[in-house]
Amino acid sequence: MLKFILDILSVPAVLIGIVSMIGLIAQKKGLSDILKGSIKTVMGVLILGGGAGIAVAALSSFGIMFQQGFGINGVVPHNEAIVGMALKEYGTQTALIMAFGMVVNVLIARFTPLKFIFLTGHHTLYMACMIGIILTVGGMQGTYLVIVGSLLLGFIMALFPAIAHPTMKKITGSDDVAFGHFGTIGYVFAAWIGSIFGNKEKTTEDINFPQGLTFLRDSSLAISLVMLILFFIVAIASGPDFVQEKLSGGQNFLVFSMIQAITFAGGVYVILAGVRLVLAEIVPAFTGIATTLVPNAKPAIDCPVVYPYAPNAVLIGFLSSFAGGVLGMAILLLFEKSMPGLPIILPSVVPHFFCGATAGVFGNATGGLKGCIFGAFAQGLLITFLPVLLMPVMGNLGFANTTFSDADFGVVGIILGNIIHLIQ
Amino acid sequence: MKILVCCGSGLGSSFMIEMNIKKVLGEIGVEAEVSHSDLSSASGIKSDIYVGTRDIATQLTSLGGIVVSLNNMIDKNELKEKIVQAIDQVK
Repeated sequence: MLKFILDILSVPAVLIGIVSMIGLIAQKKGLSDILKGSIKTVMGVLILGGGAGIAVAALSSFGIMFQQGFGINGVVPHNEAIVGMALKEYGTQTALIMAFGMVVNVLIARFTPLKFIFLTGHHTLYMACMIGIILTVGGMQGTYLVIVGSLLLGFIMALFPAIAHPTMKKITGSDDVAFGHFGTIGYVFAAWIGSIFGNKEKTTEDINFPQGLTFLRDSSLAISLVMLILFFIVAIASGPDFVQEKLSGGQNFLVFSMIQAITFAGGVYVILAGVRLVLAEIVPAFTGIATTLVPNAKPAIDCPVVYPYAPNAVLIGFLSSFAGGVLGMAILLLFEKSMPGLPIILPSVVPHFFCGATAGVFGNATGGLKGCIFGAFAQGLLITFLPVLLMPVMGNLGFANTTFSDADFGVVGIILGNIIHLIQ
Repeated sequence: MKILVCCGSGLGSSFMIEMNIKKVLGEIGVEAEVSHSDLSSASGIKSDIYVGTRDIATQLTSLGGIVVSLNNMIDKNELKEKIVQAIDQVK
């Protein structure tokens, strides 16, 4: 019997389902809602794993072609892909750290001056996952790991919105809403660069910027297009013979690359569908409970909350951050000559879009158009270099062709990973 | 009646707006199915009203429903006013 219970609890999907069930019970939902919500959450975790399988298969052909074509290790940072991969091995830790981390966040907001409730559920999930990986790789386990991980996660959830808040007040012109997205260090960095080099009187919103690129806001489409370009480059570099013999089973190398690129985007799409199901019950429960227990707390909301304040800065920030990512990659390629084995971080479209756009709005708030351009560019460089230092502390997952992309994952992971390394 | 809220990846901000819309519907006593999605999926989810922030609302105009464009994601008054107006149009 005990083994049966342990077996059930060690399946991450079930564990996350139980977290969701507790949330539904706490909200006093009816039996049918509890059943529906819990089963959908379990299904979400399973779908997420399926999506990861699709994305990772496509990514591994990319990695092989990159290695063949350039003789180096190419990495496309993507939160969804790495979390999808990691949940197989670290799902239990992730689920427990996430659940108790949210409790810690509420306690911190209730009893300390850090009055922020972090409502961006998918980032809570990703951060819980990353902390779980790093603590496990650092040698922690069991209850000890969950306690340390939850305290850390809860603290991070309250602290990062506080770091972003001074600039956030400039952007929104009010003190009511906070910012909750784990790219904060990159955005605050962009705002700082903006304040040095820019002039906030000359804002991005005074110019007439073509809105044609808005279609890239559709992330599945943007991933397909950029991966298509990246896949074509590596396929041409590794040569048609290699691709057709080793990977595609005779299919034309460009056709193969095109299908793989769109397959990767499809995998991410499936992962997102899974994440959406996982969060469907947990986020409203957390929001309801947290706002009841801490009525004076400020809700920290996902990054697109700032986009309507400066739609031009969103597009300019994306382009500028992406340019930073390309330059960053070129710098890594130069360094690789003297440091063989250095992973080459490629410009990945999703982080450059969301984080670049947000960095653009933050840079615009402190330094106008120039602040937006320079701030987002600096952010683009930052999210290219951080993964290089993050990957070594992630154990086996450090050798994957993908990793966490946004700045705070890098900063938290690097600090945490190295502290544990020193202690052990 | 079906209301769909959209954002870039259909995870965070659209979900937040969905929860606020449900609150508004409760206040004005209107029954409707509210959900959220990313932009790619939106075209496959037939809805009466599509909601997005103004920076992506132009992407929703071809979907065949009434489009609500929000200037401010967190302004509940703006949301309420525009949702009520859109619901009247559907009726």
